[in-house]
Amino acid sequence: MSPAPALLDFDRAMALFDPALGLEVHVELNTRSKMFCGCSTEFGAEPNSQTCPVCLGLPGSLPVLNRRAVESAIRIGLALNCSIASQCRFARKNYFYPDMPKDFQTSQYDEPICHDGRVTVEVEGRQIVIEIERAHMEEDAGKLVHVGGSTGRIQGADHSLLDYNRAGVPLVEIVTKPILGAGAQAPQVARAYVAYLRDLLRALGVSDVRMEQGSLRCDANVSLMPRGATELGTRTETKNVNSLRSIERALRYEIRRQAGLLVAGGRVKQETRHWHEDSGTTSPGRSKEQAEDYRYFPEPDLAPVAPDPEWVERLRLELPEAPPQRAAWLRAEWGFTEAEMRDVTGGGALDLVVRTVAAGAAPAAARKWWTTELARWANSAGVELEAVPMTAEQVAEVQALIDQGVINDRLARRVFEAVLAGQGDPAAVVRDLGLAVLSDGSALRQAVQRAIADQPEVAQRIRQGKVQAVGALIGQVMRDLRGRGDAAAIRQLILDELTSGQEAG
Amino acid sequence: MALSRDDVAKLADLARLELTETELERLVGQLDLILTAVDSVSQAATAEVAPTSHALALVNVMRDDVVTASLPREAVLAMAPAVEDGRFRVPRILGESA
Ligand SMILES: [Zn+2]
Repeated sequence: MSPAPALLDFDRAMALFDPALGLEVHVELNTRSKMFCGCSTEFGAEPNSQTCPVCLGLPGSLPVLNRRAVESAIRIGLALNCSIASQCRFARKNYFYPDMPKDFQTSQYDEPICHDGRVTVEVEGRQIVIEIERAHMEEDAGKLVHVGGSTGRIQGADHSLLDYNRAGVPLVEIVTKPILGAGAQAPQVARAYVAYLRDLLRALGVSDVRMEQGSLRCDANVSLMPRGATELGTRTETKNVNSLRSIERALRYEIRRQAGLLVAGGRVKQETRHWHEDSGTTSPGRSKEQAEDYRYFPEPDLAPVAPDPEWVERLRLELPEAPPQRAAWLRAEWGFTEAEMRDVTGGGALDLVVRTVAAGAAPAAARKWWTTELARWANSAGVELEAVPMTAEQVAEVQALIDQGVINDRLARRVFEAVLAGQGDPAAVVRDLGLAVLSDGSALRQAVQRAIADQPEVAQRIRQGKVQAVGALIGQVMRDLRGRGDAAAIRQLILDELTSGQEAG
Repeated sequence: MALSRDDVAKLADLARLELTETELERLVGQLDLILTAVDSVSQAATAEVAPTSHALALVNVMRDDVVTASLPREAVLAMAPAVEDGRFRVPRILGESA
């Protein structure tokens, strides 16, 4: 096998080709029970403790549809501006893989419950309409662990282990039509779209939407066509992309890889590829089955679903506000500028700021910490802001400590570091590490007296009325106290000290 | 529509059935006969008759989202060909990478 051609530079790839995207997002619904049986969907139970004859596909068992899962699917469709089918049915997708104990997945094929929707996302001030092809109901598969391989991957594995607790958990799969014309912004558009879905689904309350836990999963299809061409190129489907950041990275990589192949005179092979977060590359998976290989047929054990139009209308009326509208009124309420709000929404901080404000912090303070200190931490750790190990309540607590004068902004940064390092709640960290500002007390007074004694000529100038010289002494006290001082309190103390000295003298 | 030997071989492969050459030959003829019989249905079907996918004219058979008891874990694992760590143990999957 000849080595793969080199990746093409992204900008060069964009000068030669137009990317076409297609995104398939799987949403795990947060129903209490599974899609077709009463087994619990609770995360983290003992392996294989939440299965029954229906979700294991034992002979003679019969599935019954979960009404709340259907309701969630309809609400998702309505929020994506889809049409809701007046009648739809389930289908069996037949394939053999150990994560599917029934040897088929119950899904929807020719009759999805929701179809033909659209949403608008924004990238760098540009509005991009994303057409939704369909949103259909299906069930999740079990969880595979590969044993024996050094990396937990299948290569080199001796055998695999299965937990079927997740098999049968309700999913909604949302599929876009080809997204054309995004150009070099294509990776950002994909990220913005999935971020939009995440916010929307959270607002709907239908899913936990935790990408790192797999309750929101994105398969990213991309193909390239020479600039000016109209016919789509051969696409690849990249799986295992489980953060917003990796969606962007994986697409950039795949575009550069395909462009490198095409420029070298090669051809893109239609296949599933796996994203590797650590190496930042994709590798080929199984070659994609053709739809006909799944031998779909109507599921005979489940009656069709014909949502009552009144039910659908009621669900439509009860929909929460769409995220862009919500952001608009929150911006007005918080008094943020458009640029400040973009920092918040673009950085995935909106809900975190909402929760921090709800926990008592001023909006500007909540925004400041999430878009600076915590955003920096998330970025260097390579995780989403949501996954930062600090809660909105803890952030509000840090701000409360600042507001009460217990710590200052500088000390707050050290409190953040300690909380993020898992050393406890803010108040405990301040106590344990002795981070509280010394606003009175002997330590502060002694430090002030030391500074005066060390710089007698500065002290003299202050006594003579040159109050601006006090800065030099404040600086020394702060260094002495390793930042634990409150500048205003120190200033007052120095002035008191020097004035009383004068009176005494 | 005539079913070819290759069609049947592919179907057998998708269904994970290992068929001998003789079995393939026999099944091509038999499946062809079944398809011809099914095909005669389309002569009766007209544009006004919607295709039937279910035997009963039922819709919206649904249950409330209520958790019911699952099978005891030991009973489930007893059905596994092999068990390790409370999980079903299966041979490594060939020709795949995940
Ligand atoms: Zn079950």
